[in-house]
Amino acid sequence: MWDYTEKVKDHFLNPRNVGEVENPDGTGEVGSLACGDALRLSFKLDEQKKIKEAKFKTFGCASAIASSSALTEIIKGMTLEEAEKVTNQDIANYLGGLPEEKMHCSVMGREALESAIANYRGQKVVKEDFEIVCKCFGVTDREIIKAIQENDLKTVEQVTYYTKAGGGCAQCHPKIEAIIEQVRKEMEKEGLAPKPEKRKLTNIQKIKLIEETLGREIVPALKADGGDIDLIDIDGSKVYVALRGKCSFCPSSEFTLKQYVESKLKEFVSDDLVVEEVKP
Amino acid sequence: MKTVYVDNNATTQVAPEVLEAMLPYFSEFYGNPSSMHFFGGQVQKQVNEAREKVADFLGADPSEIVFTSCGTESDNAAIFGTLDSYPEKRHFITSRVEHPAVMNVSSYLSRKGYRTTDISVDREGRLDLDELKEAITDHTVIVSFMYANNETGVIFPIDEIGQIVKSNGIPFHTDAVQAAGKIPLHMKKSTVDLLSISGHKLHAPKGIGVLYIRKGTKFSPFMIGGHQEKGRRGGTENVPYIIGLGKACELAKKHLEDENTRVRALRDYLESKILEKIPNTLVNGDSKNRLPNTVSVSFEYVEGESILLLLSDLGICASSGSACTSGSLEPSHVLRAMGVPFTAAHGSIRFSLSIYNTKEEMDYIIEHLPPIIQRLRDISPFWKDYLKSQGKK
Repeated sequence: MWDYTEKVKDHFLNPRNVGEVENPDGTGEVGSLACGDALRLSFKLDEQKKIKEAKFKTFGCASAIASSSALTEIIKGMTLEEAEKVTNQDIANYLGGLPEEKMHCSVMGREALESAIANYRGQKVVKEDFEIVCKCFGVTDREIIKAIQENDLKTVEQVTYYTKAGGGCAQCHPKIEAIIEQVRKEMEKEGLAPKPEKRKLTNIQKIKLIEETLGREIVPALKADGGDIDLIDIDGSKVYVALRGKCSFCPSSEFTLKQYVESKLKEFVSDDLVVEEVKP
Repeated sequence: MKTVYVDNNATTQVAPEVLEAMLPYFSEFYGNPSSMHFFGGQVQKQVNEAREKVADFLGADPSEIVFTSCGTESDNAAIFGTLDSYPEKRHFITSRVEHPAVMNVSSYLSRKGYRTTDISVDREGRLDLDELKEAITDHTVIVSFMYANNETGVIFPIDEIGQIVKSNGIPFHTDAVQAAGKIPLHMKKSTVDLLSISGHKLHAPKGIGVLYIRKGTKFSPFMIGGHQEKGRRGGTENVPYIIGLGKACELAKKHLEDENTRVRALRDYLESKILEKIPNTLVNGDSKNRLPNTVSVSFEYVEGESILLLLSDLGICASSGSACTSGSLEPSHVLRAMGVPFTAAHGSIRFSLSIYNTKEEMDYIIEHLPPIIQRLRDISPFWKDYLKSQGKK
């Protein structure tokens, strides 16, 4: 069972502002039946151009309904300029937090708001202008980039939790990884992203630590399968390794590398390490 | 608040008789059945008696019963224990609707260089036997199909499948975790070589399972250790749980008729009332070949987790094949394999009954479910769209 906060439960059991505003000034709709959740948001402005009324209709799980309800409560009384600044994190915070796997519900809220404001202004958020990265859930690069920036995301798994991208067939994982790398690079340049929490290592420290980690965490498991791994070289954040023994002709070696070796090195050495295989 | 527990395909209440039978083996009779002294010997006698009860329940010989820790271990042991016995063969066949204990073994094997074939099912969840016939080759090492599906309750024609598999001389395993205790099993009359059951699905506690291994079946132990279970599964016998499972099997045999008459009638009553009272509702899975205790229903345009939590708020415990409940983002692989449309797959709810359920409980569900679905449909943007498309307001 999900560990929902009391606030999430309250907004799920007693959702505020359900329905559709009559003669709305702006409406926005995101999600679909196929994706498993969808949100239709509508709002009306008063004379001071503040949001007088905001209503939602949502198809989805408890946290999707609670996030929608929270969103309408948050934006009521705001000007559109203020509402524009509402992030998915604000929605999650309003609810006392969401399980990380459910953060995409808060992102859906923010996206519906964005779409409704654009609708009011006569603009259109056209998906076709952006590249669809995840075909299973129809998630564009723009949505992924925004989620990474706003929530300081670091892994594909996190991107899936926040945007659903990569939650289906997994074919887009390399692409998401590339986007994360690029966006984080830009964020670091602009000083937006906090530097990796792990202490900065000298090259010698890094090599030593990688060797230790391989020896302790990875070699025993590979040997159990009749394989082995050698550290060939290190270039910045790239770690070049060669698989030996049974592993070297195992069709699942790419999987072994990506999922296992890299995750262990990231855990014990540095978050930014990328593993590359050197073929014999 | 009263608890109405209708999630018995997930786990069941331990029968009071089972608990009572187990308790002395936690305190007074703590001996190791392998010991040479009288203190261990008296325990071994009881373990043997439990083995006989399990064998009797399965229509098998006691020597064919191997105790394991759970259904997953039994499934893994059956598959890996057979693969190990035929190292030259590299093709594994199963279905697209298996429990993760088999499905994920299949994907593990394919990562390890095995060829694997996952046989399809139709819209009713029925296995494509022609596809199976075509899939079998000289390299097929073992075929594994579930006896009955945990989500829909659909029963596969295991004996018919067994004849196809056995006529090709291939070992046949079935995961009967959901079938045991709900439909009659008789291994002496069956073509199955290996069969898995799990204690906690038939009113024994969690942490005990059985692998039936037909006499003469090639098998290498999966759990390597001591001589226990005639060398087929190492590890000191989990005595209290084995005693408990023996008792549970004795009771299950007794209750099988009740399961197929009274429980079936309760399930049919629940199902027909739900269909009658809630529009745009469909039953998932072949109605003719279904476990007597299970019904999977889909409510269009609403999402399963929301339904479950609102039911839970009223003390009703069920489960769902929706994406959100599984922690994944896609609805259950079973419903997807059956081609259940997206309008319905996300809103699926499974009710699974046991002998402890009553008509009052069914009435309680029937009273509270329709307003829950209506409430969620009133929130759902698609329900209104649907009504509009139907020309209603």
